[in-house]
Amino acid sequence: MAMEPVLTPLVREPGSYTLDFYLQRLDGYQGLRKALGMTPDQVVDAVKASGLRGRGGAGFPTGMKWQFVDKKSPKPKYICCNADESEPGTFKDHLLMERNPHLLVEGCAIGCYAIGSSVAYIYIRGEFLHVQHHLEAAIAEAYKAGYLGKNIFGTGFNCDVYVHRGAGAYEAGEETALIESLEGKRAQPRIKPPFPAVEGLYGCPTAVNNVETLCNVPSIVLKGAEWFAALGPEKNGGPKLFCVSGHVVTPGVFEASMHTTVKSLIYDYAGGIANGRQLKAVIPGGSSVPILLPDQIDIPASFDGVMKAGSMLGSAGMIVMDDTTCMVWVARNLLHFYRHESCGKCTPCREGGDWLYKMLGKIERGEGQMRDIELLLSVADNVAGKTLCAFGDAAATPVLTTIKQFRHEFEAHIREGRCTCPAEWRAKEPVAAH
Amino acid sequence: MSFHPEIPYATGQHRSERLLSPEGEPFAFTPEQRARFDELASHYPPEQRKSTVLYALFMVQEQIGYVSRNGMRHVAEVIGCTPAEVEDVATYYAMFYKQPTGTFVIQVCRTLSCALKGAERVTEEIAHALHIKPGETDKSGMFTLLEVECLGACDRAPVVMVNDGWQECQTPESAVKLLDVIRASGEAGLSGCVHRVEK
Repeated sequence: MAMEPVLTPLVREPGSYTLDFYLQRLDGYQGLRKALGMTPDQVVDAVKASGLRGRGGAGFPTGMKWQFVDKKSPKPKYICCNADESEPGTFKDHLLMERNPHLLVEGCAIGCYAIGSSVAYIYIRGEFLHVQHHLEAAIAEAYKAGYLGKNIFGTGFNCDVYVHRGAGAYEAGEETALIESLEGKRAQPRIKPPFPAVEGLYGCPTAVNNVETLCNVPSIVLKGAEWFAALGPEKNGGPKLFCVSGHVVTPGVFEASMHTTVKSLIYDYAGGIANGRQLKAVIPGGSSVPILLPDQIDIPASFDGVMKAGSMLGSAGMIVMDDTTCMVWVARNLLHFYRHESCGKCTPCREGGDWLYKMLGKIERGEGQMRDIELLLSVADNVAGKTLCAFGDAAATPVLTTIKQFRHEFEAHIREGRCTCPAEWRAKEPVAAH
Repeated sequence: MSFHPEIPYATGQHRSERLLSPEGEPFAFTPEQRARFDELASHYPPEQRKSTVLYALFMVQEQIGYVSRNGMRHVAEVIGCTPAEVEDVATYYAMFYKQPTGTFVIQVCRTLSCALKGAERVTEEIAHALHIKPGETDKSGMFTLLEVECLGACDRAPVVMVNDGWQECQTPESAVKLLDVIRASGEAGLSGCVHRVEK
């Protein structure tokens, strides 16, 4: 299913991030020019008709999100671009911002026009400092050339785009936590409703969109909703960036249509499993989604296709694991992440994550008891769905999915009193009891 | 009564870990930093100066290497909020150091994709070479070793961050060599992505 790249053509060429390159080699700012000749409602309608779904993880239709923004409100409106790419296994927005930042700037400007806003904030994670420099340089170029600022293309439309640097918090990727963080507080989620479209940043109507989502907008405006929708399966239109990492020959970001299968992404795009090993399991959408087994991957890598197989496409961060991987270790590694990143606002997630991590450590060290497996399931079950944001479900999932698919490995650890699947790429020192 | 017999409640993790940063030297932004702060504050509505708190704390850290209590008070002053509000934020975000660090902070990504490619071994070798455990600073005061959660560069795993720069596709051997390079020529000797990206 080869497809002409839309988001990442020429990204490997020298200077692909400059304005000159964007104008001369790509359709630089033509989407914005066309959008400003339409009414804002026409732009929203085009995005709605395209079926563009949010690329951050939830897959919510972007056009609807924009339509929900309360345009009649006397308050200012805002676009917040979520560039806090922190979902383990995900690294697509990084590539877009580093190699094609003007596409995002153009997407932000069109988004602002569509929802009646004149300011967009790009919330970028603090560890992306080198990417931030590229993005800021692109914004400065765009101001100088008149694509941002006052009276763009003489239409009277004003638009400012600012970069806001985060400081290391996975939770800031949740849309209301991102808004809190932008307001200068801890990145903790808010109770919804009210949704950001009604009361978001500074209490004003706000649309929070992922980087890749906004990067799709210029081509939708320029080439039309029908063209966009036809690129993928029904309700899963447009190009998609897939991140494949872990035990594959050539990890990387691959742009393809959502007709492409998970299997093809691993074996054709990423070159198959490294070192001649066998595939054991894939996490298809960032660490927060259920595992797929080798016989489950011949499915379209679309929001609906992966959902049908019992998992989620999420952020399309595919983590591939070969047959040397211990699944108890995987669960423990991910729970270390979720324990560390829990914002602490909701008790089930804050306490439960810690309990899960400690119990997994016990089993991993060979000190577990058989009843611990039921206890793990019980705790995980009391975290999932019991929190303000989706973090609770995300933290419970690695435990629930590894026990569901690989319960025998947990039992073997407990029975034999040791890790039954050690690998040379893991730490030599035994697991510390902390 | 504990939830789990092996996990005594109200000990260890559950005890408050609130550690106060050192007072530090009296602190104020340099005039250049202050000008930068004012420029950044202009990106937000005038009544929303608190939005600049993350940038301001980064500037404190740039100036003295960590976020001291005097630094937090100064931030509160220039923003016009309470020191408690600033501490609330400073203690939440992982990138702010609450204690002085070594000259070079070495952070090894420990999350799944990097771990699958040997990040645990990288951490072990660096720790071994520096005679410290993760979280500690070596005797010379040059290196602090930390483990960090997913940096978003899983295709180039394992990733090691030296201060703000990424060093990608590390092996236990290359990571130890990295230390020698830094000892010899500091960050200038590094060739990770930050340095390779076209200017």
